Parts: sequence; C-alpha cells; structure tokens
Amino acid sequence: MSNAAAATPNASPEASGTGGVPGFLASVWTIVQLESLKILKDPAEIASRSVQPALWLLLFGEAFSRSATLNTGGVPYLAYLTPGILAQAVTFVSIFNGLSIIWEKDMGLMQKILSTPITRTALVLGKMLSASTRSFFQLLVVTALALALGLRFEWGVGRVLGILALTVLGSSFFTGLSMILASIVRTRERMMGIGQLATMPLFFASSALYPVAAMPPWLRAFSRVNPMSYLVDGLRGLMLSPGSTGFAVDAGVLLGLGIAALAVATWRYPKLLL
Amino acid sequence: MARRATTGREEAIAVRGLVKHFGDVKAVDGIDLSVLRGECFGLLGRNGAGKSTTIKMLIGLLPPDGGSASVQGHDLFTDAQRLRASIGYVPQSLSVDAVLTGRQNLDFFGRLYGLAGADRRRRIPEILEMLDLADAADRPAGTYSGGMIRRLEVGQSILHRPPVVFLDEPTTGLDPVARASLWSYLGLLRRQFGTTLLLTTHYMDEAQQLCDRIAIMDKGRIVALGDLAGLRRAVGMPGASLDRIFVRLAGRAQSEEGNLRDVQRSRRNAKRLA
Repeated sequence: MSNAAAATPNASPEASGTGGVPGFLASVWTIVQLESLKILKDPAEIASRSVQPALWLLLFGEAFSRSATLNTGGVPYLAYLTPGILAQAVTFVSIFNGLSIIWEKDMGLMQKILSTPITRTALVLGKMLSASTRSFFQLLVVTALALALGLRFEWGVGRVLGILALTVLGSSFFTGLSMILASIVRTRERMMGIGQLATMPLFFASSALYPVAAMPPWLRAFSRVNPMSYLVDGLRGLMLSPGSTGFAVDAGVLLGLGIAALAVATWRYPKLLL
Repeated sequence: MARRATTGREEAIAVRGLVKHFGDVKAVDGIDLSVLRGECFGLLGRNGAGKSTTIKMLIGLLPPDGGSASVQGHDLFTDAQRLRASIGYVPQSLSVDAVLTGRQNLDFFGRLYGLAGADRRRRIPEILEMLDLADAADRPAGTYSGGMIRRLEVGQSILHRPPVVFLDEPTTGLDPVARASLWSYLGLLRRQFGTTLLLTTHYMDEAQQLCDRIAIMDKGRIVALGDLAGLRRAVGMPGASLDRIFVRLAGRAQSEEGNLRDVQRSRRNAKRLA
C-alpha cells in the first residue's frame, strides 16, 4: 500500500493545473480545440452546410434583386442581402448545436467529461466558442461567393476583425441559446423541431432580407428585440456602410446576450443529465 | 468500522445516509458505505435498485437530497472539484469519441484533468501499452471492438493516476473473452497503482472474482454488505453461491424488470459494444 500511495498522489486541482483563471482558460481552450478538431474531421459536413447560404444568395438573391422595389439606401440588393445571409448562416448552424449536446448526453460522453475537474462554466463556454469554427467556414464561403458575383464591400483591417468578432459573438450566443433549448426539450427529435421553429421568426423578423422600414409596426417592434437583427446590422454596417458602422452597439448587445446565455446554460446544464 | 480498526487502512469512500429522490421515487434511500483504500468494492442490485444513482452522486453528477459523502477525504458538498480530480469514472454508456483516435481520446481527457504536456506524452504510450491498445492508437475509436472501447474508457479514467475509480457496469455487453480480459486489466491496475475500485455489475461471477466486499442494493437501500462469507452468514445459507444469496435478498416476487428506459439503455449499450 505504501507504493500505491506514492504512485497515486492526492491529486488536487491546483497541483494538476485546473484551478484558478489560467486553469479555467486552459479548460475552455481544451474544449474549443476538441470541438474544432471534430468539426474539421468531417469536411463533407462543413461543405454541405455551406450549400444553403450559397443557394439563398444565388437563387433567392438573384431573383429577388430583379423584382424588389425595396429601399436599400442605394446599395445593390445582392450586396445588401449578403450580410443578411451571413448572419443567417451563422445563426442556423449554431441553433442546432444543442443536438450534439443531447447526443453526447445520450451516449455518456458528457457525463464522463463532467466527472473531471473541469467546471461547467468552462465546458459551456468552450462549446459556445467552438461553434465559431463552423461559422468561419460559412463566412468564407458566402464572402467568396459574393465577391465572385462581383459585389463590392467596404474593406479594412478593422472591419475584417470586426466581422470575425461578430461571427464569434453571434455563433456563441446562438449556441448558448441552443444549449438552453436542449436542456428543456431533451430529445434530438424535439430539438430538431424547436430549432426549425426558432429559425423562422429569427430570420424573417430581422433585417436580413429587407429593411426594417418595410415591416408593419408590430413586426418592427419584434425585430428590435430579435438578437439576429443585431448580428445582421453589425455585419451590414461593417461590410457596406462607408461611415459609422454602429459596431459597438451591435457587438455590445450580442456580448451581453452571450454572457446571459452562458449563465443560464451553465445553470441548466446539470439538469440535462437527469 | 470494525474492519478499518483491525487493518488500520483509511477510508477511500465514506457515505453516510445518502438520499436521492426522483419525484415520489426514492432512488437512493439513506445508504451508508465505507470503502477502504485499495479495496475493490462491488455494488449489486437489479435495474433501478439505485446503483448508478449512487455512483452519479459520489462523483458529483447528481446533487444528493440528503446525507453526506466524501472520497479521499474530499467532501462532496464543499470540495467537489478536488473530489473530481481524485477520481476516474467509467460510465455505463459509451464515453469515447468515435471520430477521434484512441490517442486523441486519451490526450483530451489528460488535458481535462490538467495533466501537463510532458506528463501526457509520457503516460499515454504507457497506458496504451498496458491496455494493449498501442497498435490501434492512431485509428479512430469508432473502428474499435467493444472490448477495446471499454479498455480505452478505462485508460481515459486512469491517466491522472486517480486513487479511486468508479466503474458502472463495465462489462455489460462484452463477450466472455473481453470480460475476462477487462478483469485482468482491472487486477493489474490494483496491483500496479493500488487503485480503489467501486464497481456495479449484474454478473455475480464478476463480483465474486473481482470484489473484496459486496453490497447488495434493493429499492434504494443496502440490504446486505460484506465479503462472501459474511453475506452467507447474513442470510443463513452456508456454502450458498452469490447468485442464490442475491436472489434471496433482491429477488422477491417482483414482476417489474426495470422500465422501458432501462431496457432501451442496456440493449443500446450491448449493441454498441458488440
């Protein structure tokens, strides 16, 4: 037994590097890396997820830009639509992330992860942030397609960084929201249903497809509390507005919502296990 | 405890009056346990007897409704993070990531336990060697056989050299050869590191083979506890097999054999590991 005692030191979080702020950040980074690794192992999935936004731009965008009489502030409709489709792509891939969490719960992997010293907050935050990996690919595909269509956008290092930041904030928030929904519905089938249900009002009651001014007053009121509107507005400002972009407000709202989602999802997370 | 006094060994797991309710159902109804360091302790019981719920409470996955518990001196309520750092957990259900390789699965858990890079690089090949997984280390875990997956799961849970390992029905769904081989690895683990094991099982031969002491649970209570000789004395059946003792204690005329969820879960696990 004395040998055994020497071979199995009384592990403590401090000694093993999972305590304190550095330990917390290391745990978050571990989850981000793991999730990203898994996402990158399936390029076919990433590619297939890019088809839908591409089709929106090519089919809907091309057709609608010929018939629409919307006031887009002098910007060609396709260019106006591009940030909307980007926001849609980010939102839609993120809102279904709860599916994989339910899957992990059903399998047992999640229980095993939660039996390690990692804190629930670190796990939830890691999962929220890692959703950006998928979103970055959507960003790449949609932007490349838009440029190939000959659309012109505002450029600048600050703007590109801003777009990346909004993508991270947007996909983190919607992933957090998805985790909260997952903890309520608890089965994959219901999660599919609720995800699809959620995407419709988020998308159509935002300024993704048309300016808020084109909406009836009640819808306009809803769009003001629709988180996706802030993602669309932020991206549109950075991509199209030559002057002030309104970035701070949009990023601030998404950051606040993201922190709230993190708190609620962390609180809800153990309930997923029952 | 008497045994503790005579052997002078310390407690690895101490449980006093632990309670868990799910609605009106008393899943665990006030149990006391004392597992000594280096001991292999078996929890037997029918489906729904409260075995898994007990383990889930002891590793901090489920908050108890009453009582107290500590593992390696770390209190479940006040010192949960340290408690989790000093245990390994092999859940009933599948807990490897199928798209990651065996090595990546180990590395991921090493990081969750806060092991430094140098430690991981040293220990992972050792563990792969010990569990006979070295040849398959760089194949996705999805290509492993049931026995290999279970070994990998054990590997994930012992990377940080925990003094205590919880195994929830580790051999359910394994064929007899894979079962025997897992037993020998668990034996190796005890000899090499003096690890304390707490395992649940439906197999009486397994409990008899591996465990120093056994507790039989029924309807959330411990109805008998001791080594085989002690259990025989308790039921007044000298020379009886553990099977007969178990049927006597837990096999009262009951028509229910676990609910649909239990059946679904155990069949799904059996299918995955086959």
